[in-house]
Amino acid sequence: MPVIVNLLLGLLFGVGLIVSGMANPAKVLNFLDVFGTWDPSLAFVMGGAVLVAFIGFRFVLARGRPVFDTAFHLPTKRDIDNPLVLGAALFGIGWGLGGFCPGPAFASLGVGATGTYVFVPAMLVGMWAARRVGR
Amino acid sequence: MTEFTPIASFIGGALIGLSAVLLLALEGRIAGISGIASRLFPPTDSHFQERLAFILGLVLSPALVEAVTGEPVLQAVSSNYPLLVVAGLLVGFGAVLGGGCTSGHGVCGLSRLSPRSIVATLVFMLTAFVTVYIVRHVIGG
Repeated sequence: MPVIVNLLLGLLFGVGLIVSGMANPAKVLNFLDVFGTWDPSLAFVMGGAVLVAFIGFRFVLARGRPVFDTAFHLPTKRDIDNPLVLGAALFGIGWGLGGFCPGPAFASLGVGATGTYVFVPAMLVGMWAARRVGR
Repeated sequence: MTEFTPIASFIGGALIGLSAVLLLALEGRIAGISGIASRLFPPTDSHFQERLAFILGLVLSPALVEAVTGEPVLQAVSSNYPLLVVAGLLVGFGAVLGGGCTSGHGVCGLSRLSPRSIVATLVFMLTAFVTVYIVRHVIGG
């Protein structure tokens, strides 16, 4: 059951990425190009997602436990440390170079641009390397 | 140029938020794509199948959209492959080192008012803006 649920939620997430324009790197790069061909659409993606999650999370967490598990698994780290800032900075540079972040990159595997098949393996190597460094 | 699409973008964003809310409600987990993907290898974690299923859902989503709308999903991906390799390495490494990406920090973290996520989101937005500025207006200009 949870496997099907995750498949459906991944589908829903991916449909959201596509409908919003977030899965199109050209749109992402234009959002980031404030002094050029600026397309502010992605601010509305963030607005819609945060609005729904901000309200929804409150109702969900008030229930005390999730449906298919005994407890919520929320991030426990609190400190703003060097890996957080350095990681976010590197992530932003990569995002600005390619216009892809992880969700849209995976969704784009199903669209079929050659560049996606170059980006995703490199991204997985980067993730694997960071996991090794972190251990 | 890309067309300004505030309504479609807002609706799409709301669907992303809904997926995150449902994942927390049903599974008790945060919808952070870099966290879900990076924990697939090594595949030792107890939630391996669930995580793989979520990623598979992402991969299948264009087919669903195309089946419903009858139109192909349009996107423009760079054909500068060395650049995409560097971008991919930075995105993957940075997201895991920083404990999240646009979804985990940007959507879920901001919605939980997490100080770590607020800092991470401000930092990656800043470096992304600066990167595009340099690529398009300093080097490319």
